[in-house]
Amino acid sequence: MWSLRGRMAIVGVAEAGLGVAPKGWTPMDVTAEASLRALADAGLSVRDVDGVFSASAYYQMASVELAEYLGIKPRYTDSTQIGGSSFMTHVEHAVGAISAGLMDVALIAYGSTQRTDSGRLVTQAKPFAYEEPFRPRHPVSMYSLVASRHMHQYGTTREQLAEVAVQARAWARLNAAAFERGPLSIQDVITSRMISEPLTSRDCCLVTDGAGAVIITSAERARDLKQPPVYLLGTGTAHWHRHISQMPDLTVTAAVESGQRAYARAGLGPADIDTVQLYDAFTINTIVFLEDLGFCRKGEGGPFSANGAIAPGGRLPVNTNGGGLSYCHPGMYSIFVLIEAVRQTRGECGERQIKDVEVSLAQGNGGVFSSQITLILGNGATV
Amino acid sequence: MSDERKAPAAEYVRRLDAGHLAYQECRDCGHRFHYPRISCPSCSSRAVEFRDSRGLGTVYARTVVHSRNEPPYNVVLVDLDEGFRIMSRVDGVANDAVQIGLRVRLKGIEPGRDGVMPAPVFQPAEAR
Ligand SMILES: [Zn+2]
Repeated sequence: MWSLRGRMAIVGVAEAGLGVAPKGWTPMDVTAEASLRALADAGLSVRDVDGVFSASAYYQMASVELAEYLGIKPRYTDSTQIGGSSFMTHVEHAVGAISAGLMDVALIAYGSTQRTDSGRLVTQAKPFAYEEPFRPRHPVSMYSLVASRHMHQYGTTREQLAEVAVQARAWARLNAAAFERGPLSIQDVITSRMISEPLTSRDCCLVTDGAGAVIITSAERARDLKQPPVYLLGTGTAHWHRHISQMPDLTVTAAVESGQRAYARAGLGPADIDTVQLYDAFTINTIVFLEDLGFCRKGEGGPFSANGAIAPGGRLPVNTNGGGLSYCHPGMYSIFVLIEAVRQTRGECGERQIKDVEVSLAQGNGGVFSSQITLILGNGATV
Repeated sequence: MSDERKAPAAEYVRRLDAGHLAYQECRDCGHRFHYPRISCPSCSSRAVEFRDSRGLGTVYARTVVHSRNEPPYNVVLVDLDEGFRIMSRVDGVANDAVQIGLRVRLKGIEPGRDGVMPAPVFQPAEAR
């Protein structure tokens, strides 16, 4: 079997326009800014890029649009749009394309100005015809349905959900780039505005502007670049449903399978992971993903993550940037999940840096717990 | 494919308009499913038949949507006794009483409008 370990590396990462974008900037402006910064981080220029990857709620031909804007004439292009997970899936696609000799240097980028534009999620997703008449609030009601089932089946409590948000905030307080850094208590979460029971506004990800970009290339090419390479050790993709009414068991996501694939490819297991970066669009996500990725047994995610266990100083560092709940969430978030996994693995996170990180896991989520992608990253000691 | 074969969604809506909640059953593997398709998602057989549900089921998951502009309303996933699941709403009872495990039966079909499908709506099974 073709072995991934040590073949591909992430060599540049950057964000731009986090929180509120500069006045008058378009989503493509912030995307371009993040792209240029990520290239500078890598010590590469736009001219080195021959593969472009993007997805967007604003631009249907996102990678084509981004290439035009930056003056790139790529030989590989990919606008795969499978929800918020898209950018981490682009990484897996880039691995395939680089291995096949179709390109050398991939730029993966995303940006949005949804906060400035409307203050709410900008989406092209059409309601599902068989769900539309009942007017679930997309997407929060779908995650609420999952939370209701998880609480019913496993006794997960309202307080345990709130604790996820509180701990994400504790991480955000260590991250100067985070959008929400004020104190937050369990009571604050529970008593904030009810959106779709049991989830309140503080169980929901932020609505911010922002852009992120990631540069990936072969390990050979990575050797001479500016940053210590962060190697891809494992990748795994899975999806089992698109719509919540078609999800077989609301308490189990396809992250079970994407995770197993990534662990198998990396030859690692949950015990080998030093930091865990999860797509926390809602508090229930963190609980379910910790279970599905094997950090605890199914149903035990609530108690497992309670009492500060995933906060700074806890037993497992989870979402060390503050997550989509407190750091930023410009509509689609997986690029930022990946950026934090890279930074922790490089060891450049300052006050929030976990000691001696060798391996980080990143979990991307798209749709309504639909498309799942797991990436396992390692520093030079792991290859 | 024969020309007179009905479009799955059209046949489903025709049955809704007649007051029935329909599902499909696979003649080859027995799988029962909703939403209407041309083939079985379990075994890919094209031998799938429409059947009308008895309309009895159990609430599998629930939420209540809160909005500034209208009273809160519930949204549920219902497991029908025939073995398929749909999204719906439970009427005739307080939202707080719409809990997982509640037995429900079909109350009726709300007509569709403006391109929105007709909607099968439930009520508690013991209601008359
Ligand atoms: Zn079948």
